[in-house]
Amino acid sequence: MKDDSPYLIELKGMTKAFPGVLANDAVDLKIKAGEIHALLGENGAGKSTLVKMIYGILRPDAGTIFFNGKQVEIDSPAHARDLGIAMVFQHFSLFDSLSVVENISLGINKAVDLKKMAGEITEVSKRYGLPLDPHRHVYTLSVGERQRIEIVRCLLQEPKLLVMDEPTSVLTPQEVKKLFLTLNRLADEGLAILYISHKLDEIKTLCHHATILRLGKRIGTVNVDEESTSSLAMMMMGEELEKIERQQTVVAGEVRLKVDNLSMPAIDSTGISLSDIHLEVRAGEVVGIAGVAGNGQDELLRALNGEQICLEDSCILIENQHAGQLRPNARRRAGLASVPEKRLGHGAIPDMDLVDNAFMTGFHRMGLLARGLINYPKTRNFAHKVIADFAVKTSGSSVPANSLSGGNLQKFIIGRELTQQPEILIVSQPTWGVDAGATQTIRQALRALAANGAAVLIISQDLDELMEMSDRIGAICGGRLSLFYPTAEMTVEKVGLLMAGVSLEEGETNVA
Amino acid sequence: MWPNLVQRQIPSRSMVYLSPVLALLMSLLAGVILFIIMGVSPLAALHAFFVEPLSTSYGIAELGVKATPLVLIGVALSLGFKAGVWNIGAEGQLTMGGLCGGMVALYFYGQDGFYILPLMLLAGVLGGSAWAAIVAFLRVRFNANEILTSLMLSYVAGLFLNLMMHGPLKDPEGFNFPESRQFSDSALLPILYEGTRLHIGAIIALIVVVFGWVILSRTLLGYQIKIAGSAPAACEHAGFSNSKIIWTTLLMGGGMAGLAGIIEVAGPIGQLLPNISPGYGFSAIIVAYVGRLHPVGALFAGLLLALTYLGGETAQIQLNLPVAVTGVFQGLLLFFLLACDVLIRYRIRFGKPALVVEKG
Repeated sequence: MKDDSPYLIELKGMTKAFPGVLANDAVDLKIKAGEIHALLGENGAGKSTLVKMIYGILRPDAGTIFFNGKQVEIDSPAHARDLGIAMVFQHFSLFDSLSVVENISLGINKAVDLKKMAGEITEVSKRYGLPLDPHRHVYTLSVGERQRIEIVRCLLQEPKLLVMDEPTSVLTPQEVKKLFLTLNRLADEGLAILYISHKLDEIKTLCHHATILRLGKRIGTVNVDEESTSSLAMMMMGEELEKIERQQTVVAGEVRLKVDNLSMPAIDSTGISLSDIHLEVRAGEVVGIAGVAGNGQDELLRALNGEQICLEDSCILIENQHAGQLRPNARRRAGLASVPEKRLGHGAIPDMDLVDNAFMTGFHRMGLLARGLINYPKTRNFAHKVIADFAVKTSGSSVPANSLSGGNLQKFIIGRELTQQPEILIVSQPTWGVDAGATQTIRQALRALAANGAAVLIISQDLDELMEMSDRIGAICGGRLSLFYPTAEMTVEKVGLLMAGVSLEEGETNVA
Repeated sequence: MWPNLVQRQIPSRSMVYLSPVLALLMSLLAGVILFIIMGVSPLAALHAFFVEPLSTSYGIAELGVKATPLVLIGVALSLGFKAGVWNIGAEGQLTMGGLCGGMVALYFYGQDGFYILPLMLLAGVLGGSAWAAIVAFLRVRFNANEILTSLMLSYVAGLFLNLMMHGPLKDPEGFNFPESRQFSDSALLPILYEGTRLHIGAIIALIVVVFGWVILSRTLLGYQIKIAGSAPAACEHAGFSNSKIIWTTLLMGGGMAGLAGIIEVAGPIGQLLPNISPGYGFSAIIVAYVGRLHPVGALFAGLLLALTYLGGETAQIQLNLPVAVTGVFQGLLLFFLLACDVLIRYRIRFGKPALVVEKG
């Protein structure tokens, strides 16, 4: 099939500009058939933009694509599929109320015979180790199984190139292993795979070659076997990562936050209900909650913060005082601060300036309100202090929150809470999408807060972060919390089991 | 080359204020075309519409009379719209306010007392708020869309007023016309300038503008209103109750609309009629938007919309244009405004998107 080029797909000088950013700046990429090629870069490096151009979702401003040696202009996803390019997105597009086979048939343009297709699905899923019952309804399936639908949907089109956008961010470590087996088998059969990720160890185990992007530019293409994780990280981040040494907290103090048998129904059909949550965070310790996205992390934070109040006042105790029915501001007064996962729109108001954003959660403890009127000079001082203390890169305090980069906004939000010196801090995804420098600042600040006697609870999907930061670790799965174990006794595999809802003692699932 | 809309990096602040001006110019242009089609000299029509009404001191006073209800309601709606509470039923709240206040006036008919007017104004505010409270309750309790409920309740209010006018509130000596008695002097708003109809309600409207401004820019309530509209989840995170904001903004909107209603009844009208407003409650929606949801903006926008009412009347008298021209003009203004608002977030670029590539 390969005419004169040894490569299945060849991208030359791909360029795409968005207002204010050059998302891709003359990026080259070449993939051979049967090769697993990693596209590596931090959040915002331009990975998604590049694959969207390959899949025909975005049109390049400049650059050429050669597919099978022929120059092509991919103007729509349908065209990409015709060429033999398939893509598995990070976010699935499945109908919960339909069965697997119905979902797959919807993605195909021609009329299909459902019975025949069910047969094909079974066959493909058997061949590649993707167990899937074509007649199950999607709402009964786990996230890993849902991803299999997407993969099978792609494979049915017999693609030549499979693009996978951060496929493991929703999977447990065990599911990741299974996925890698499948991908290796597919590559052996001659399928080219473009694998997008920023997780270095995955790329080390899975991929043959890697193209590294930083700030929209191609830094280089390397043979993965010849590189170490740290050399890849260096290319990705542009600086050597310093590990912060994890200080073992000697003795944890008195219990500051206690959650006792907290259950909470989901607010809507897409929400997760929390059941039987038990949790204790002591003064001076950092407790970590691992978990695959969408297992109740957001709901837990909202429940602890008081955005959704409990039925029983005794469900949550702050400093031994009943707090289950307190609203967020009463909890703040009692010493509990929180940082939600979603920064713009939840932790901060996108189109209001940093002064107003500082006021948002700070007005109680910082005394920014006098007789119903906002004390703006004092609020401005507070905002300036946060900006200065946490090295927030901004042109001033009067710019809207959405003009800050993700890392800087996160430094601002965490700084806003830390400056109020809370006794308890709950933070979700503290460093998600944050660059290496800001990550370090944030982690050190959280550590320092705990060292000063505060209780810190970190909810994160980043296992490495939790292993590094926390004194005790547990996981949330399907709205239930596992037991907590000292991090020193835990391995990534064991936490992976907790994330999948398996309890370590009995070795059996505790999810209904 | 076709023009393209290109997203701006940050929303343009100048466009926020330019957009109403641009919309006004475009409505004028569309108006000119409309007049030509109707066979009227555009110059004469525009003169009748926008110059004539302002050429006498009486006309300027009339502008204040018409602007008063528009500004009162426009300010309150601005706060509601900012919070994302779409109360479009101010017309009904105005009607109920006028009715309740008017009933107080009729109760004290023929009596004197300094307390009568304040009681009427209070009844107006309460009547309007009560009508809006139905909307707030349905929204908070059953999550019923306030756009629908507030609009539908407007028609209910209008019919209820009609019923009252044909029944219990009919003037006993009024030859069976569906009108109430003329209010006693003690129940009429004092006139500011002799020889005009400009009444003390205009001062109340100015005070409300100032209050609205202070609430929005300096108080916790204003802060809550702003964040509830722009980031509801952040509003909850900060610990502000969304339902409290829905209640507050609807009660304020209803109260101010009710106040506007009783001011109309106790001011220029002087009695209860089956129809007490030429659509002030609906026009105030345009006032709020043209005023950029800002109380001071609502003051200027209220004056502009008041001018279209006056101009419509002049054009009707001088050029035999139908009264509907006023509505057409107001509608054009809102449509052009909404279209021009696109330019706050986008800019127009002609030709093929140019590349911004830094050679490095």
